Amino acid sequence: MHRTMNLLRRYGVMYALLIPGMLYFAVFKYVPMVYIAAAFKNYNVLQGLWESPWVGWQNFQLFFDGVYVKQIIGNTILISFYKLIFSFPAPIILALMLNAVTSTGFKRTIQTLSYLPHFLSWVIIYGLLVAFLAPGTGLVNQLLTSFHMDRMSFLTESSLIRTIIVTTDIWQSIGWGAIIYLAALTGIDPSLYEAATMDGANRSRQLWHITLPGIRNVIILMLVLRLSAILDVGFDQIFIMLNPLNQEKADVIETWVYRVGLQEGRIGLATAVGLFKSVIGFVLVLGANRVAKKFDGQIW
Amino acid sequence: MRHYNAGDRIAQSINYVLLTLLAASCILPFLYVISVSLTPISEYIKKDGLVLIPTHTTLTAYREIMQGGRLLDAYQVTLFRVVVGTVLNLIFTVITALPLSRKSLPGRSGLLLFIVFTMLFNGGIIPSYLLVKNIGLLNSEWSLIIPGLINAFYLMIVKSFFEQLPEAIDEAARMDGAGEISILVRIVLPLSVPIIATIGLFYAVWHWNSYFDALLYINTPENQPVQLFLRQILLAAVAISGDAAEAANAVNPISVQMASVAVTTLPILVVYPFIQKHFTRGVLLGSVKG
Repeated sequence: MHRTMNLLRRYGVMYALLIPGMLYFAVFKYVPMVYIAAAFKNYNVLQGLWESPWVGWQNFQLFFDGVYVKQIIGNTILISFYKLIFSFPAPIILALMLNAVTSTGFKRTIQTLSYLPHFLSWVIIYGLLVAFLAPGTGLVNQLLTSFHMDRMSFLTESSLIRTIIVTTDIWQSIGWGAIIYLAALTGIDPSLYEAATMDGANRSRQLWHITLPGIRNVIILMLVLRLSAILDVGFDQIFIMLNPLNQEKADVIETWVYRVGLQEGRIGLATAVGLFKSVIGFVLVLGANRVAKKFDGQIW
Repeated sequence: MRHYNAGDRIAQSINYVLLTLLAASCILPFLYVISVSLTPISEYIKKDGLVLIPTHTTLTAYREIMQGGRLLDAYQVTLFRVVVGTVLNLIFTVITALPLSRKSLPGRSGLLLFIVFTMLFNGGIIPSYLLVKNIGLLNSEWSLIIPGLINAFYLMIVKSFFEQLPEAIDEAARMDGAGEISILVRIVLPLSVPIIATIGLFYAVWHWNSYFDALLYINTPENQPVQLFLRQILLAAVAISGDAAEAANAVNPISVQMASVAVTTLPILVVYPFIQKHFTRGVLLGSVKG
């Protein structure tokens, strides 16, 4: 009792400050976890969540037996994989290119401009795509016409949608992503380069033996972070670019969950698929953290 | 110093060219968007849309999107969201991070676990939607603010920053009889201006750019933010072009789309030069291992 009073006197203000924040996490993060119950129910709007009948694993079964399961899981993994092999190295390459620039003014200008897309919403970026790629009025199609070539409906062409998703992803994130690698590059001891030059190492050898090893840890840490979020392919980006014509190649778990749950009203089924994604994601993060610990760069 | 041979010089030139192209790709699209938005339909048709610099300009497209006041309504929602949202984000984040930065606080690791777990596992879109619906926030502007009150990741960054502040100052203030609140206001906050400004900018940009939560939670047109307004114009361009009889002085639908992109991007382009430096620092502060 005495101890409790002492603690309260010493930390009372601190605990009081914590109340709103903890309340926020409890209500807005943990209550939705309770609502996962909908995944095991035949959700009925009129009956509400708790009155709706339990159906066990039926919603999961429905999904895994359905015709979409292959398509949306396949799209999710494929788009994620493409982003991994193309978008992940892009900022590293940019950082190395910027690092080779000797003029500070030039370097700073390029950096400032390359950050810009990071601050644009995906809706705005889609607006730019419309300006360039729209079938009737887009600049690219006008150019194709003026060279007497056929117009292309880029934004509804399912064979191009993944390329567009990955390209815009690189464009949006390359400059911003390079910051952390540039910071790591400035940490490399310049005397290493001088010594290498003395020993007759040319620039490509210096890159291979000094620069890349110098930023190896940052690369691994970023890679691990990336792998742990492999199912998060970027809802905001894909949703705005999705239309019935390219859906076959670009519909991913989250866009599917949104459509089936909130537009078709099949809450139980959509919650089950969302839960499936969350559980896989959770396992991946835990696994990634274990790997990261080995490289002394754990996430938490 | 490093010596350059011919191969190095060629490589260096290619490097400069590629970097210039990248930078151009980041800025030129906006010049094109602005040009198209200002081009009258007659010139647009005559030049097959290749209007990099318009010879005549018109504000018809801008007048068109101003009509009916929908854009102004949307801007009001976005402004409310950015200003009120960011202020509340900062207050909640700071008052939660401060106690958590006290390593001596009993129960600290349990509380941290409580928060970190939400970063690793979440209910998903539908449970979040059900929650917002059940607490009656659907169609309210508050549904864009309250569910995102604290970003757990930013909270951890602020917490790490507080941990780095020298404890001696804190102790001295306590000796002088200052209470926790006055330590927070008079000592911790002034020392934390860089991190608070950075996180505030992150929150503000997030508020400015999000459209998905508004898509989920808001159905009434007058409560939709700018990003949703733009989305609708982009997806429904044909509908705006209007009656065929008016074709002579009709509004160019692509100009209307581009005018909408321009008015949505403009605020970012205007403030960008001023905030850009802070963001760089923010990323670096954020990457300090917590």
